[in-house]
Amino acid sequence: MAGEREPISMDTFLRGIWRENPVFVMLLGMCPVLAVTNTTANALAMGLATTFVLVCSMALISVLRDLIPKEVRIASFIVIIATFVTIVDYAIQAISLELYSALGAFIQLIVVNCMILGRAEAFASRQPLLKTLVNSLGVGLGFTLALLCLGSVRELLGAGELLGVPVLGEAFQPWVVMLLPPGGFFVLAGWLLLFAWIKERRDHRAKTAKEATADGR
Amino acid sequence: MGADSLGLIFLDAAVINNFVLAMFLGICPILGVSGQLGTAFPMGVATAFVMFIASVAAYGINIVLGYLDLAFLSLIAYIAVIASTVQLVEMAVKRYSPALYRALGIFLPLITSNCAILGVALFQTSNGYNFLQSVAYSLGAGAGFILAIVLMAGLREQVDLADVPSVARGAAMSLMLAGILSLAFMGFAGLGG
Repeated sequence: MAGEREPISMDTFLRGIWRENPVFVMLLGMCPVLAVTNTTANALAMGLATTFVLVCSMALISVLRDLIPKEVRIASFIVIIATFVTIVDYAIQAISLELYSALGAFIQLIVVNCMILGRAEAFASRQPLLKTLVNSLGVGLGFTLALLCLGSVRELLGAGELLGVPVLGEAFQPWVVMLLPPGGFFVLAGWLLLFAWIKERRDHRAKTAKEATADGR
Repeated sequence: MGADSLGLIFLDAAVINNFVLAMFLGICPILGVSGQLGTAFPMGVATAFVMFIASVAAYGINIVLGYLDLAFLSLIAYIAVIASTVQLVEMAVKRYSPALYRALGIFLPLITSNCAILGVALFQTSNGYNFLQSVAYSLGAGAGFILAIVLMAGLREQVDLADVPSVARGAAMSLMLAGILSLAFMGFAGLGG
């Protein structure tokens, strides 16, 4: 976690996307990640809605951080988050009823996305407004990206389509289980395995490079 | 929906549409606390208890807010009730079992942000259940949650003894286990018509 006085840098923004990605690294906010990623469009809508709630509520919490008493902070955070979720809920209902019924109760369940509460507790309640904005935008984008990673793979394998456009051709036999609940678990596990493998290889290479230089001397 | 029998609603929430394995609610505690059977079961019971209270409270809230024509406040009202119930459970656990309190750690207050609990409140409203049906639904959801977390804990205790490739240790392994469990639970889909 960043120090209190650290200046805003590109890292404040990028950290949320890669090194502290809420889904792949921190394993937070898993429920919507698994539940609404059966198509790419749903995943994108969910990611953007969550990002909106995250950025707005973090900004408000950051502004109010000195006014909120420590004892009731969790309850205050949740009420603030719930307010913005209600706004998003009604906005989506007004924009696209089709999308609203596809996402269902999961829009309202953004309230209990542990990632948002986690950011509020760990970051927004301690940092000034501008820094919080930059960071939560990064985290929100990281979350959206992770949802897209899952959504596109699941739609591709489960229906042979991307954003509703067939890409794999007539001969492709849809892998329906990918659209069903178990598919969500397996695809996410697959991504985690991929990232763990990349990390392991990088560590291994760094280690052998170090040993090589040590031997050369 | 009104014609559904209470038993069927219970069964539906517990196994057919299991909250964890079919609807992806409450994944965080499932991944976080399911390392050992000893902590998984109390966690399941605590969650089921909060679920029950939240369900009854949500039913009351709906009546009051419907009467006052303030339906847009329902989300905030639900979450306030859930947060205070969790606070109550936390104090009770701390008072009667400090060891358990330490074992559950951060995950006890996090019951507040367990999607499964808010999920019960939201789904019973959208399904239009009456009071008894709501109670049956929340009890079923609670039983389903306990079932899922205990099954996961049992599996993970076994996996601890196995020689897992280092890449797959931790979260990836748990997710694969959950996926397999979820596949198994799909077998219940035809139950009850």
